[in-house]
Amino acid sequence: MKQIEVNITVPNQTKYLCMIGKIGESLAHTLNNYHGDREELAYHLNLVLTEALSNAICHANACDPTKEVRVSISASDKNLKICVFDQGKGFDIQHLAKMKVNETAEGGRGIQIIFKLMDRVEYLRKGSGNVLEMTKRLH
Amino acid sequence: MQLNIVEQDEIVKIEVQEERMDAHNSGDLKEQMLQLFDEGKYNLIINLSAVRFVDSSGLGALVSGFKNASAREGSLKLCCLQPQVRSMFELTRLHRVFEIFATIEEAVDSF
Repeated sequence: MKQIEVNITVPNQTKYLCMIGKIGESLAHTLNNYHGDREELAYHLNLVLTEALSNAICHANACDPTKEVRVSISASDKNLKICVFDQGKGFDIQHLAKMKVNETAEGGRGIQIIFKLMDRVEYLRKGSGNVLEMTKRLH
Repeated sequence: MQLNIVEQDEIVKIEVQEERMDAHNSGDLKEQMLQLFDEGKYNLIINLSAVRFVDSSGLGALVSGFKNASAREGSLKLCCLQPQVRSMFELTRLHRVFEIFATIEEAVDSF
């Protein structure tokens, strides 16, 4: 049975990163039956949401202010699933995940951080856009 | 992004007065550092004591400053990281790139 489900749509602007990230933090502190380090989970959810959203806004949606990003978060006792829907052309996520990032490269770490912190990551075509689906086991 | 900039001898101390460094505001820090480099100021300390959250864009801005300072035979050093910010440097292995100090005094003394 689902405990929590959150759906939110924001304009394609980076000023909403903080708000969405904080929803992730709050969620970590309110999950029932989670016995891990809540402070760490809160930081990680804030980070994953921030990275996924900024990727959708700046890359997938190419900073187009007329577009939107939808975020859906659902949490059960066992899993937490985050979906970020963009309206862009998409990209090769496996290539980005496997790409070797030079120690002093300025970019390229966002998707790799998501892969490190989540247990399952997929990027799929959905309607006229795409969805980045990220799942984390809670137990 | 709110930045407090103080010059001491040949060193510029930049205190980031924000709780978050992310894709929305980290470009401001990058631009400020480029302006300092244009003015011939190549030795920087970034004080992150107020920063509770940093994402890959924030890290990218710091890497940009580090590379630009190094290319001009200067240095960019970090100090006063909160534990979760420190963990981001470890997650991305950037703790091996930057000189990181516990206090601003230690960072100043290292020049």
